[in-house]
Amino acid sequence: MENLERILSEHPFFSGLDKGFLELACGCARNARFESGAYIAHEGEAADQFYLLREGRVALQITAPGRGAATFLTLGPGDVFGVNWLVPPYRWTYDARTLDVTRAIAMDGKCLRNKCEADHHMGYDIMKRLMPIVIDRLHTTRLQFLDLYNADV
Amino acid sequence: MVPRIAHVRRRRHDAPDAWTLELDMADGAHVDYAPGQFNMLTAFGVGEAAISMSGDPATGPLIHTIRAVGPVSRALTELKPGEPIGVRGPFGVGWPMAAAEGKDVVLVAGGLGMAPLRPALYRLLGERSRYGKVTLLFGSRRPEDIVFRHEVENWRGRFDIDVDVTVDHAGADWRGHVGIVTTLIARLDLDPAKTIAMVCGPEVMMRFVSMALCDRGIAEESVWLSMERNMKCAIGHCGHCQLGPTFICRDGPVFTYRRLKPLLGVKEL
Ligand SMILES: Cc1cc2nc3c(=O)[nH]c(=O)nc-3n(C[C@H](O)[C@H](O)[C@H](O)COP(=O)(O)OP(=O)(O)OC[C@H]3O[C@@H](n4cnc5c(N)ncnc54)[C@H](O)[C@@H]3O)c2cc1C
Ligand code: FES
Repeated sequence: MENLERILSEHPFFSGLDKGFLELACGCARNARFESGAYIAHEGEAADQFYLLREGRVALQITAPGRGAATFLTLGPGDVFGVNWLVPPYRWTYDARTLDVTRAIAMDGKCLRNKCEADHHMGYDIMKRLMPIVIDRLHTTRLQFLDLYNADV
Repeated sequence: MVPRIAHVRRRRHDAPDAWTLELDMADGAHVDYAPGQFNMLTAFGVGEAAISMSGDPATGPLIHTIRAVGPVSRALTELKPGEPIGVRGPFGVGWPMAAAEGKDVVLVAGGLGMAPLRPALYRLLGERSRYGKVTLLFGSRRPEDIVFRHEVENWRGRFDIDVDVTVDHAGADWRGHVGIVTTLIARLDLDPAKTIAMVCGPEVMMRFVSMALCDRGIAEESVWLSMERNMKCAIGHCGHCQLGPTFICRDGPVFTYRRLKPLLGVKEL
């Protein structure tokens, strides 16, 4: 457990988190490893895990009829994904597929939700770490869909 | 200033809508220029457009990479080997190569913005020991739009430069990064105090790239951008390219973000 706590504290998402909160969060965490090309999540499934990437890369994809799977974002070490654990109906809205052998910390979303609910100070701290990521993703998605490099822009 | 005549030596298709022309000056002269400078190219009977040099200033012939967006650029990209073309230039102030000496250099290119940065990259690689760490971050629309693709692959294979490419849209078979180029800046391992950045791409992209670089601690005067505004005379006379108190043609097209920041919101003139 101590090893996991150290790994957690060294991940950018949790770095600087209060020691007590870290211990609580650690109770919801486990190490996960995926082969290259593995699906970590499928669109529509229950989002009961939240991932903190440590090694490898993950492509977030949406499949469109007749066009196959389109990747809209790739993530690497230090990134997180799967914030759907926080927002009802707790469902994945994309597929997550590894591009390399990938190591991550998988956080049990329900466990983390319960702990955030029980301790609002911890909940608020985690929320402050999540919000910038969500806002940044929203902003970069806007730019992506402006189609900046297109000749008409 | 009357255009000099050149002839197209070679023409290469570089991206779905972009072609690279290699030119020979009719009088056989070598054209000296600095990375980041541009020429006014004439498609005879159609008109003139500002186009950056995209070749190696130290060795190669005059090279321009042109995207067909309107009448002049389309006519230029349709020129065949042997056909004449008008050349006025070189114009403008290029990339801050002297200021970059001894520093780490981050080049951030968006789409065809790679063309004006390419001469700077040739200079950096040609005089490699004068500079610290060199990094190229390159964003394109889709994998098939990556301009100078083979060359980018060669640069990726070198040990003396870090290259990261990202695209905005990709199928599942693309194994590289997907996401706008600012996402690569967030992951950069850099020493902001000794880094100088050179950025070229669409204006919106340059605005957000500059902000992202400054958020990483790089000073506004160490971030350099190359601006594109409509040009006519290219020598500071006609006022066509005026942006606030500056003339892009004469004072630029390369400026610091510190200088451009208050002007970047100004709409096309
Ligand atoms: C300093 C400088 C360096 C330049 N370097 C290059 C270069 O290396 N390669 C290159 O291809 N172009 C370059 N340009 C841009 C080029 O000069 C313009 O695209 C020019 O307007 C083309 O003329 P045109 O008559 O073909 O199109 P226009 O008739 O002027 O424009 C046709 C349409 O395309 C749009 N448009 C114009 N320029 C662009 C653009 N750059 N991107 C997207 N849409 C545009 C216009 O708004 C218009 O709707 C540079 C411009 C400057 C100022
Ligand atoms: S193009 Fe005439 S002043 Fe710049």
